[in-house]
Amino acid sequence: MAPHTQGGAERRPQDARQEETVDGGPGAGDAGAAGGSAQARQQAEELDGLLDEIDSVLESNAEEFVRGFVQKGGQ
Amino acid sequence: MDRRVVGVETEFGLAHHGGERRGLPPEEAARYLFRPVLDWGRSSNVFIPNGSRLYLDVGSHPEYATAECDRLTDLIASDRAGELIMHDLAVRAEQAMAADGYAGTLYLLKNNIDSQGNSYGSHENYLIPRTTHFRRLSTILLPFLVTRQLLAGAGRIVPAADGRGAHWAFSQRADHMWEGISSATTRARPIINTRDEPHADAGVHRRLHVIVGDSNMSETTQLLRFGSTDLVLRMIEAGVPLGDFELEDPIVAIRTISHDLTGTAAVPTRDGRRVTAVDVQAALLDRARRFVAEHGAHHEHVDAVLELWERTLQAVSSGDHALIETDVDWAIKKRTVEDVAARGGLELDAPRLTQVDMAYHDVHPERGLFRVLERRGRATRLVDDDAVRRATVAPPATTRASLRGRFLSTARAFGVEHQVDWVQHKLVDRPLEALMLKDPLAVEEPRMEALLDKLGDRAARLQELDLEQRAAQPGPLALSERYRVRGAPPPDPPLI
Repeated sequence: MAPHTQGGAERRPQDARQEETVDGGPGAGDAGAAGGSAQARQQAEELDGLLDEIDSVLESNAEEFVRGFVQKGGQ
Repeated sequence: MDRRVVGVETEFGLAHHGGERRGLPPEEAARYLFRPVLDWGRSSNVFIPNGSRLYLDVGSHPEYATAECDRLTDLIASDRAGELIMHDLAVRAEQAMAADGYAGTLYLLKNNIDSQGNSYGSHENYLIPRTTHFRRLSTILLPFLVTRQLLAGAGRIVPAADGRGAHWAFSQRADHMWEGISSATTRARPIINTRDEPHADAGVHRRLHVIVGDSNMSETTQLLRFGSTDLVLRMIEAGVPLGDFELEDPIVAIRTISHDLTGTAAVPTRDGRRVTAVDVQAALLDRARRFVAEHGAHHEHVDAVLELWERTLQAVSSGDHALIETDVDWAIKKRTVEDVAARGGLELDAPRLTQVDMAYHDVHPERGLFRVLERRGRATRLVDDDAVRRATVAPPATTRASLRGRFLSTARAFGVEHQVDWVQHKLVDRPLEALMLKDPLAVEEPRMEALLDKLGDRAARLQELDLEQRAAQPGPLALSERYRVRGAPPPDPPLI
């Protein structure tokens, strides 16, 4: 039998998306819109943080990195 | 078979970037990488204390084969332990290279393709009864594997070629498969390899060797990949009618399907119909649901497998990839590439995006992009860091690997020459007492206890070390000694 904790973890993204739709959807009240924009701001900040971190961990010369990754074939 | 033995072998790509100077070629870098392995086992092809196998394979690819596992989370933890082990070796190799004047960064990528289209694999092994009809493998299992990339593809940005622009593909491996079923590996990579080395009682079992899979980073994707394949095998073994999806040309089909993220590309079956990847998968999922409803779930993750299987097909057929954006590798990767592209105003053929594609598979725990995403909640976890770290030293408790691990660690503690492989356990000085353990689910073996007792009084002389004591040993954690012999000097302190 599937452990409930695990099923819950896997459904998280769906729940998050449903909230998004509700917040941004037509007919959302003032409170909802304010909550939505706060949430949207937080999401934008998280995305910025992620993209900054990706920039910081990747080698700056992308073309050289990609071209330099050459292997022999395996199985 | 309620308990199926499964293992996965991963070939890693590696690249050394030298900074000011040119980096070392992969063969040289691989030699540095395996220096501690050679020091430890006097070979670059060894079984290690966690029961897995570590070796340099065709084309200088470092390879890690998990111990035999019968629980999916053990398999996922063991596979992921392989990434930690490679990282540990990479850090040491960088230091050794720097000491020799080759300072730089060593990248180990758990992917399947380089910038020139060379491919290397992720091979799954499933133990199946010898009575399984081979015919059903080609009519059912082969179409399942051809279309499984929807569920378990690692995703790839395909560079522009032959008049088609850069585009997404589900799979890294699909373009590199050349046959449906055969005995070849490098020469003509087949989807199912018939090399039949069951590492078990060959009268009862055979080994199903599947070499079509992509290397996965996501744990939920692994669960779906191994879990769905096991379910299809169970239905085949139970003789359940599953229809006939035998494809006219599996190789054309696998490529067509890989390059069509809508899942609507139709491919011809042998009996003249046209089916899409979603058709094939949805039909098998439906039968799997009925099968589980009738026979019950045979392990604790069956419901999760079915749920994610269905959600993934829904994501592909609806085009709403957000449904699986934290759970299935190709979608996790694609979401990130699209975010990077949006910020930089980049087109899909931008080198930066291919770099993101590759760096997603970097095994480095801080630098690897999949790890970055996971830390930020953009990838679902099933096993925690502690379990993975334990899996680098501890064999799965429910299979023969636990005996192998104990055998080799005990022989090492007593300083006795020994040889082990998947079935063989031999003390070099006592060749006539060599043990063949053909049952991969054996966890007790009186003959082995008797043999090890001849080495000395284990209870009195061996002290089992805990994880932290092992981590304090100077070499790679995965190669640390499991036992300390009482009366013997303590192991060397770590180098500072």
